[in-house]
Amino acid sequence: MSYKLIGKNFTPSDLEAKVTGRAKYSEDFRAEGMLFAKLYLSPMPHAKVVKIDVSEALKMKGVAGVLTADDLKEVPPGGNPILTNEPHFVGAPILAVAAVDETTAAAALDKIKVKLKPLPFVTDPMDSLYPGGSNATRIGNVVGAKKKLKEHKWSAKDFAKAGENKLPLGKAVDEWTYGDIDKGFKDAQVVLDETFVTASGSHQCMEPRSSMAYWQNGKCYVHGSVQSSSFTFPFLAKAIGVKPENLVFVSEYCGGGFGSKAYYYPSMAIPPYLSKKLGRPVMLRITRAEEYYLGAARAGFQGRIKIGFKADGRISAVDAYIVQSNGPTTGFADYKNFGNAVSVVYQPENMRWRGIPVLTNTIPQGAMRGPGENQTAAAMEPIIDKAARKLGLDRLAIRRINAPDKDGKFGQKRDPFTSAYQKDGLDIGARKFNWNKKKKLSGNRNGSKVIGVGIGQAYHAAGSNGFDGLVRILPNGKLHIHTGIGNLGTFSYASTSRVAAEVLGYDWKNCVIERGDSRKHLPWNLGQFGSNTSFTMSRTNFVAAQDAKQKLLEIAAMDLGGDPENYHLVNERVVSKSSSSKFMTFAQAAQRAIQIGGKYSGKWEKLPKELNPMTKKAVEGVAGSGLIGVAKDLLKKDGVAPALCTGFAMVELDQETGKYEILEYLGVADCGTVMFPDGLGAQMHGGAVMGFGMASSERHVYDPKLGIPANRGLYQQKPPTYLDVPSKLEWAAVNKPDPQSPFGSRGVGEPPLGAAASAVASAISDAMGGHLFNRIPVTPDMIVNVLSGQQQSHKALQVNTQ
Amino acid sequence: MVDISQNNILEGTTRRNFIKSVIASASVVSSSAYLFRSHGGSKVWAASSGTVERLISLKVNGQTRRVEVLPQDTLANVLRYKLGLTGTKIGCDRAECGNCTVMIDGVTNYSCSTLVHSVRGREVTTIEGIAPKSGGLHPVQQAFIDELGPQCGFCTPGQVVAAVSFLQRNPKPTREEARSAMSGNLCRCGAYNNYLNGVMKAAGG
Repeated sequence: MSYKLIGKNFTPSDLEAKVTGRAKYSEDFRAEGMLFAKLYLSPMPHAKVVKIDVSEALKMKGVAGVLTADDLKEVPPGGNPILTNEPHFVGAPILAVAAVDETTAAAALDKIKVKLKPLPFVTDPMDSLYPGGSNATRIGNVVGAKKKLKEHKWSAKDFAKAGENKLPLGKAVDEWTYGDIDKGFKDAQVVLDETFVTASGSHQCMEPRSSMAYWQNGKCYVHGSVQSSSFTFPFLAKAIGVKPENLVFVSEYCGGGFGSKAYYYPSMAIPPYLSKKLGRPVMLRITRAEEYYLGAARAGFQGRIKIGFKADGRISAVDAYIVQSNGPTTGFADYKNFGNAVSVVYQPENMRWRGIPVLTNTIPQGAMRGPGENQTAAAMEPIIDKAARKLGLDRLAIRRINAPDKDGKFGQKRDPFTSAYQKDGLDIGARKFNWNKKKKLSGNRNGSKVIGVGIGQAYHAAGSNGFDGLVRILPNGKLHIHTGIGNLGTFSYASTSRVAAEVLGYDWKNCVIERGDSRKHLPWNLGQFGSNTSFTMSRTNFVAAQDAKQKLLEIAAMDLGGDPENYHLVNERVVSKSSSSKFMTFAQAAQRAIQIGGKYSGKWEKLPKELNPMTKKAVEGVAGSGLIGVAKDLLKKDGVAPALCTGFAMVELDQETGKYEILEYLGVADCGTVMFPDGLGAQMHGGAVMGFGMASSERHVYDPKLGIPANRGLYQQKPPTYLDVPSKLEWAAVNKPDPQSPFGSRGVGEPPLGAAASAVASAISDAMGGHLFNRIPVTPDMIVNVLSGQQQSHKALQVNTQ
Repeated sequence: MVDISQNNILEGTTRRNFIKSVIASASVVSSSAYLFRSHGGSKVWAASSGTVERLISLKVNGQTRRVEVLPQDTLANVLRYKLGLTGTKIGCDRAECGNCTVMIDGVTNYSCSTLVHSVRGREVTTIEGIAPKSGGLHPVQQAFIDELGPQCGFCTPGQVVAAVSFLQRNPKPTREEARSAMSGNLCRCGAYNNYLNGVMKAAGG
């Protein structure tokens, strides 16, 4: 199927602002009389604030005031408070002080006396699960399936039974099973039982999460760095205690989020509260060190998986257990995503999954690009290699026989997919990478350097439904597409907007995207996270454009005679099918829509009830300005839309230094129809670069005696640089349409990371003759230890190590 | 107190010198060098450190700008908060990420770790001074658009300035040379491949 816009490259409209420095991020805004805030952060991993004395600070010239947790609603343990009297991690904000400048605000912090009473803390879930071990909160150490905080311990017997090197299999708080795993293991030729650790790591967005706010005439104006415009709005309004109509939220640019700025986060609410209290605008700049403390992190895993493989490599049974280092809050469901991701990528015939999210007094953990799914990839793919070696199978073949296609199933309930072509992805990748030739290079030596090749695979859900779309055709003939997704840098705000233009046959230069500011009448959209936008908002823009199309046809029929079905859309005109000279331009139709009113111009007496209140408000805001197309996505969706990626990597590992260079990398996407080839390429490459970091260098480290995180600067958790990645990366796509997406697209933002991380982990293992580290990241010292026959400096289950 | 505005050792500041000087100015507070004094039309308050502002002239993007600065003011903060040039981004404030890259006399420099006093009398070029005054874009900017260089865009100004400076020194580089030259600029979106395509395209390669 050939389209006018879908599948074609274009220049997103915000690029010029980005290359000229004119793009304004939240810290680039100024307001008259703006104050600057600094935070007092907890120096202890768990403590109770006994007393705060701000009197000396308030006497200082230039200090405007202080905000403490007492000014805010109390948040119980397990929550994610804005400010707190019971900090649960080092770096938790206790109070904020505002002054005429940052120097004064920081000097004021030094004058503030905070008396803290230290409380028990824990950084390793194993310590907390051990009988009598500390809990991260007063109430307990586990957030169960129903999100109720409680205490959960294993027995000493559980620990003793497992020994030092295996994950104890004590009682879980969440679990599911499908099939009969005992039977599955009986069918197996090879059974592996592996214990593994994946490290927690930071998002490390280049833009720290600064925000600025002020109040005018009872309205609160907030500039924030966030991945989602519409989706943030109700949560931010609730957090700062204003009615939606009294909030203006500007979020045109987001300098990197990767899940950590998915939508509202607590520090964003500090300037609004301070500003309200002090009657002046407030800017809160977050420092790089603060970004590590309070900017969220990927959850770490301590896991164990028993897998049974038949002689042909087919996985007959999986029994998986994940303990998630959760940070002190409810965190994110990474551990659950492990179970689902394994069920998708390997389609086990029988499977049990168990898990516990254990609270720890570490950085609050949240969603990071492929939360759970990408840890799964990095842990699992080298284990699959081990099975291939034991069975004497090709490493591509063992993946292919288990890979999901259209008959694949998801999770415990074995839900269907909207479509899936992972086998095609593997085949395309194998051809383009030349797997059969490259795998023969495995083990080739050049001095101390040895070649390894690897394959990785990763999954993430890739789309949702039920959100709203809003488009307008103005009397000047232009199409305005209102989108509430954010501008994270994936350009899906633009590529999904092009769906509306495609439906209406618009020339893209006659289209305007309205976004990034709540005053722009944004519809209720899901956020720009979870790899979903290319699916979810293709659907919303499709249904809104269909509504506009129907109205165009009806107006033409009204004015020119006949029925709507006698007309079609050609070159921004509504033209009679029988006589091409009988037509009206979109501009004329928009003018007529305003004259006719009612639904045509958005002036319903009663708006369609299925629309979200935010969308209704947006329609009211634009009513009468042109022809309005608005609808809720009620299109069919009866399966899980998957995003699947495959990675092929070749590394050269120096056996003397333990360092490795990634020589080649190819990523392959199965994300339905490719909407914007260059944009997809950028995601495939960018995700891969982040994956290289996950595989090799990025992790949080804590001092277990003091609970203090060591990471305060980029160099301590080094993200890949130009020199750490191949100078040229390759990508490809399956490019087969998904039948439940209007033009066949599914999202794919997250799995490119996991595919790359796991391909590199697989290649390192290959370069070392199949050695299984069962730990991510793989650092040079770990490699040298193995090659020189030394013990690792960490124990098998130890987390948050160097 | 040392008046570092008179201190010529800061010409060509190294990170070590910078830190030493800031410590000497006795005004840096606890963990954070991420501090600045606002302008915003308000008369500046005397900070607890007792430092005073001095009026100096800076040559920025071909213009002479008069600005009151403190001894510990970094170039990045003065550009962003006193001269309104917010295209220069601060990503780490400790010379790690390169988001704040500007040119000083044509040479790339981390403006977050450059004391503003050290650039008096020198030509500072920021992202706002890259495009030709006659309008349009610099070839590097155009190439970055054509090659879809930016993703989130936060590191982009620094990447553009680094590339422009590099191509002035080496107009016909190899891809490997470009890769090395650009390696002081981090991009968390991982857009290195696309930026390098852009540098090579701008070089006519």
